[in-house]
Amino acid sequence: MNKKFKAALIGFAYLAPALIILLSFRIIPILLSVRISLYDWGMAGATKFVGFANYLQVLSDPIFWSSLLNTFWYALFTVPAMLFLSLTIAVLLNQKIKGLGFYRTLYYLPVVTSIVAVSIVWKWLFNPERGLLNYLLSLINVSSIQWLEDPRGLFTLIFEPMGIHLPSGLAGPSIALCSLIVMSIWKGLGYNIVIFLAGLQNIPNQYYEAAKIDGAGSFRLFRNVTWPLLTPTTFYILIMSTIVAFEAFAQVWIMTGPPPGGPLGTTKVVMYYFYEQSFELWRMGYGAAIAFIAFLIILGLTIFQRQVLEKRVHYA
Amino acid sequence: MRSARFRLTPVHIILLICGIGMFLPFYWMLTTALKTPLEALKFPPTFFPDTLKFSNFIEIFREVALLRYFINTIFIAIAALVGVLFTSILAAYAFAKFEFWGRDVVFILFLALMMIPLPVYLVPSYMILFRLGWIDTYLALIIPWTVNIFSIFLLRQHIKTLPQDLFDAAKIDGCGSFRTLWQVVVPLSKPMIVTIAIFDVIASWNSFFWPLIVTHSDSIRPLQVGLAYFSREFSTNYPLLMAASTLAIFPLIVLFFFAQKQIIQSYARTGLKE
Repeated sequence: MNKKFKAALIGFAYLAPALIILLSFRIIPILLSVRISLYDWGMAGATKFVGFANYLQVLSDPIFWSSLLNTFWYALFTVPAMLFLSLTIAVLLNQKIKGLGFYRTLYYLPVVTSIVAVSIVWKWLFNPERGLLNYLLSLINVSSIQWLEDPRGLFTLIFEPMGIHLPSGLAGPSIALCSLIVMSIWKGLGYNIVIFLAGLQNIPNQYYEAAKIDGAGSFRLFRNVTWPLLTPTTFYILIMSTIVAFEAFAQVWIMTGPPPGGPLGTTKVVMYYFYEQSFELWRMGYGAAIAFIAFLIILGLTIFQRQVLEKRVHYA
Repeated sequence: MRSARFRLTPVHIILLICGIGMFLPFYWMLTTALKTPLEALKFPPTFFPDTLKFSNFIEIFREVALLRYFINTIFIAIAALVGVLFTSILAAYAFAKFEFWGRDVVFILFLALMMIPLPVYLVPSYMILFRLGWIDTYLALIIPWTVNIFSIFLLRQHIKTLPQDLFDAAKIDGCGSFRTLWQVVVPLSKPMIVTIAIFDVIASWNSFFWPLIVTHSDSIRPLQVGLAYFSREFSTNYPLLMAASTLAIFPLIVLFFFAQKQIIQSYARTGLKE
């Protein structure tokens, strides 16, 4: 008994530094957050207990729903595009080609650079009058795009000329949000390529050899060997990049507006809405409620992905 | 040999085109940083600057407290790194090698904490820092970031793979648990410790959201926050903006070139660990 107590004492002594910091800046804050979300809590502190009123107010705020929709579009476009591009490039890089290191460095550079610097650079590239992108488009006779300043929805722009009118909820991501999506894909691509490459290199060569002997061409090789054996990696990237998509913030702060989140609120994502309410308007109780609701949505999404997709994952 | 090379050419073309696309923003940043304000606004733009105005990189230090931001960031990154290594090594060792009441509960608690996103604890953390009087001080930028649960986890996994014989031998030789940590575990965990350190330096160099919220005065701001505010103030002086951005990413690019293999392998390895 005494010995057990001593062992625990020594064990916790080693854990103490980490535990104290985590208690003060994670565990206690998380518990406090529940309390704060139940109060009308402003800059001066709690004024009154309001129960679930903050939550109900968030859920009835049209700006919350539009920011959720913006986040949803952002994730829906970024994640699959990133998966497709990074997998394609990783497969090309995995063919024992010359200059693998060179290409990998090239694709990886955006990953280690800061989102702040990258946002500043892309804002310049997206400049409607002087930007590089509109200049490159003019070379192939495409009229200039207003990029970050265009609030029109992508689907509206596609379907309007056909005479189909879409309700505002289905207007799709604005051109401004699409600009952020393009940049995010560029920034995150290298990370996913590296993860995919590691996954590809884990596939034992004998599977390919066996399939080749059976006369499989390169497409069938990919379809029947690479893709199924790569599903754990794909699944991991899918879940991680969905979570990361919900965390988009700096891009909005730096590239859009003024006020950020513009034009017409079409780039206001959940994270920015949370920041604005909590730390610009100092509605901290309300902000805490937003944080919990967003967390539950991400959690639900992750569980959903696991439930629906994990059956198709082949763990070799 | 020749035919093999020839067959691969389309692959190289695709990879090169994508690669140029990946590199173009960096090229544009660098060349704009060397242009005069007038040339930067020229349309059609020049791909090779007419005159290389290197003085932009000096002017930027006069326009904005960039040097101060750099010093702040370096100081914060080093201080947080020392903290992370200290807390991670101790905690990982206890999790990996000790048997005691409550160990597994605390470990599961740590893993669960890793899944809670920042916004959930940001508001109350701000209040705690406010009560402590730490808002707008280095303490608010350093102390909460002296623990990294993922680092603890990685190091624990690594220490668990070390052969038990070593620990038995150390014990027989009368080596206490703390001495075993310093003389056996740490030297054998160097690659993993380096990995953790690289992750941590990259993360603190690039961190933006937290410092944006806990700092108010310019003199305390780390690089990314200072740069972000600068970009709002000087939103049209593109050469200076690009020069500042270039300088802000330069140290990490250098680190990346020196430790490229290490960094990429670390990301690949840790990413797949689930």
